Amino acid sequence: MSRAVYAFEPYNVGRWIIWSLFAMVLLAAPWVFKSNLAHSMLSQMGIAMIACLAYNLLLGQGGMLSFGHAVYTGLGGYLAMHALNAVSAGSLSLPVSLIPLVGGAGGLFFACLLGYVTTRKSGTTFAMITLGMAELVSAMSLMFSEFFGGEAGVSGNRVAGTPFMGINFGPQIQVYYLIALYTFVCVALLFAFTRTPLGRILNAVRDNPERVEFIGYNTQHVRYFAFMIAGFFSGIAGGLGALNFEIVTAEVVGAARSGAYLLFTFLGGATFFFGPIIGAILMILASVLLSELTKAWLLYLGLVFLFMVMYAPGGMASLIMMNLRVASFGHLRRLWVAYVGLGVLAVIALLSAGAWIEMVYHLQLNSALGPTLKFAGMTLDALSVRSWFGAGFVLVTALGLFELARRQYRRDWDEIQVQIEQEIKRREAL
Amino acid sequence: MEFVIISTLNGLSYGLLLFMLSSGLTLIFSMMGVLNFAHASFYMLGAYGGYTLSGLIGFWPALVLAPLITGALGAAFERASLRKVHVYGHVPELLVTFGLSYIVLELVQLIWGRVAVEFQPPALLQGPMFTLIHHPVEGLSWVWGAAGALCTDSSAGAVVCSPFPATRGFVMLTALAMMGSLWWVLARTRTGLIIQAALTHPEMVEALGHNVPRIFMLVFGLGTGLAGLAGVIGGSTFVTEPAMAATVGSLAGAFLASLLIGLIQTYAVAVDASVLDLLEALGMTLSAAARENSIIKLTVSQVAPILPYLLLVLILIFRPKGLLGTREG
Repeated sequence: MSRAVYAFEPYNVGRWIIWSLFAMVLLAAPWVFKSNLAHSMLSQMGIAMIACLAYNLLLGQGGMLSFGHAVYTGLGGYLAMHALNAVSAGSLSLPVSLIPLVGGAGGLFFACLLGYVTTRKSGTTFAMITLGMAELVSAMSLMFSEFFGGEAGVSGNRVAGTPFMGINFGPQIQVYYLIALYTFVCVALLFAFTRTPLGRILNAVRDNPERVEFIGYNTQHVRYFAFMIAGFFSGIAGGLGALNFEIVTAEVVGAARSGAYLLFTFLGGATFFFGPIIGAILMILASVLLSELTKAWLLYLGLVFLFMVMYAPGGMASLIMMNLRVASFGHLRRLWVAYVGLGVLAVIALLSAGAWIEMVYHLQLNSALGPTLKFAGMTLDALSVRSWFGAGFVLVTALGLFELARRQYRRDWDEIQVQIEQEIKRREAL
Repeated sequence: MEFVIISTLNGLSYGLLLFMLSSGLTLIFSMMGVLNFAHASFYMLGAYGGYTLSGLIGFWPALVLAPLITGALGAAFERASLRKVHVYGHVPELLVTFGLSYIVLELVQLIWGRVAVEFQPPALLQGPMFTLIHHPVEGLSWVWGAAGALCTDSSAGAVVCSPFPATRGFVMLTALAMMGSLWWVLARTRTGLIIQAALTHPEMVEALGHNVPRIFMLVFGLGTGLAGLAGVIGGSTFVTEPAMAATVGSLAGAFLASLLIGLIQTYAVAVDASVLDLLEALGMTLSAAARENSIIKLTVSQVAPILPYLLLVLILIFRPKGLLGTREG
């Protein structure tokens, strides 16, 4: 775990630096990426960060694998949208900037209601119950059209009520800064939660529930409290999403959304606090940019996820932290050649595998447009043997070289780890 | 009356199909502790494999071959991937199969396209298995196969004929035969005893000279093979499309969930499956029977889809080891 690394006493300089940097990144991002698409993506990233961090409160900190997280973000989003419509109609007097808190309250309410039964069990039973709850809610979302709006969903207008200091949340940039503010506060609060006694005992419940019972805590209550807190923050994310998109449809409570939260939180790294932040950024990049680039993006995503679970179960965050450790002992220069080599070979292998996949997809979906397609600057003929053979040949060669390089890298890596262990022992002995 | 009988049988046959699926899931779960999230994906692979093979070599050889191939793919996945994450515990195992379900769905769309394929049952299974005849004078009777001229005979007033499709009957027969042979293999043969022992006492079984990882691989292959068998039958009876895995996935999970941690109690799965599906079938029955009353019809048919999930959650909370499972200590 990363905990001990930055724990400077008595005044934690590292933490101040990191949090100020985070705030500055949030402030400066829309001035670096200026297009409308970028602003929209940055807003979505902020929302996804809150949702993924709230999800990681369950998965990473509490060891609760939930398949129904979208229920709480989604229901929070619906409530926020209804509140927004009430504000527009004049029947509710609430500034628009506080609408996400209504979503949070909604998420808290439903987590309170559904979580009571969900958190009675842990482990696989918990996962199955959340799956059942998710199916239940998404089946209901098409039944009660008064609340869920049926197929069309519920839409609203975020320019409602009286503007405050000229801020009416019409332009995307104003919404972005609202989201950024919420993101910063929520991330800080969620980090603070990990330092509270409840956060600590939640980790203990994850690691050894039996012992926690022995020292007199009710594990069920601990899980329930954590679940409600996660529900609250998820609801805020849902409410921000409602403000951002100005529409909430049934898919926000769907199984695909829940699956995405799980997938990207894990990809980012569930064992570190900052992992889900990386996951959230990846989530938006993948679902906005990658899905534009290729129709097969879910296939690539599934493959990446599978390999991540198999070879790096700590996610991106653990890869970063392990390399930081190597760097802090001054061994990274021995590895960077290997990284460049592995990277280049992996890109070549991915491109050639991608060429195959794209050619198959092209034949399946766009064969009416003729046999040629553009891929990575090349023009491929999906009907000629040459394209298939060429891509296959490159793929096999790249994979072979990658495997050779990987073995060499593995040896170097293990050697360095042994040296670091020895170095740590030597320092302790001093 | 004949409507109730036919819809009960329809419900039962769907329940038995789900049972075939969930028996493989339960087999894997109770033997290896792995909740196979991709189980419904293997069901889909079985259906699509059966579709392609039946075009090449006919339905009946495909019925044998497609489950074998699906099982082999499952075993290969266990060998290549699942075994590697076994050391990290059960949650990564679940996540690996979760990732696999994405990949299989995309691959199926890649190979067979995004729309439903036309997977026809063979000529033998097309048409009704038997027909219930409600004759205004002679009362209720039934004949094997199609009723033919009996139904068109209108001399004595309206004759109501309710056919029961042969494919559905075939689903029931296969499921029952599979349940019997699975129970026999696991409870009555030496192989079954070794498999059961490998779960509870892996070290001892290994010490006796059995290859426990290989047993696990075979169990996974067997479970996914059963899913493939259910896929061939389900795909030809119902519809073969990329969404089919999602349709049955969580339902099949429902039955597994009712049997958590329990040993193989296949009869219990069968009861669960039937009860759940009977409810769904009865929901349909009510809605049609009360066709005059639009409010009752509306609510019952609307509530019907969520009943299985409601039951799943309730069972998980109150009887996590299954309706017929052992009591929690």
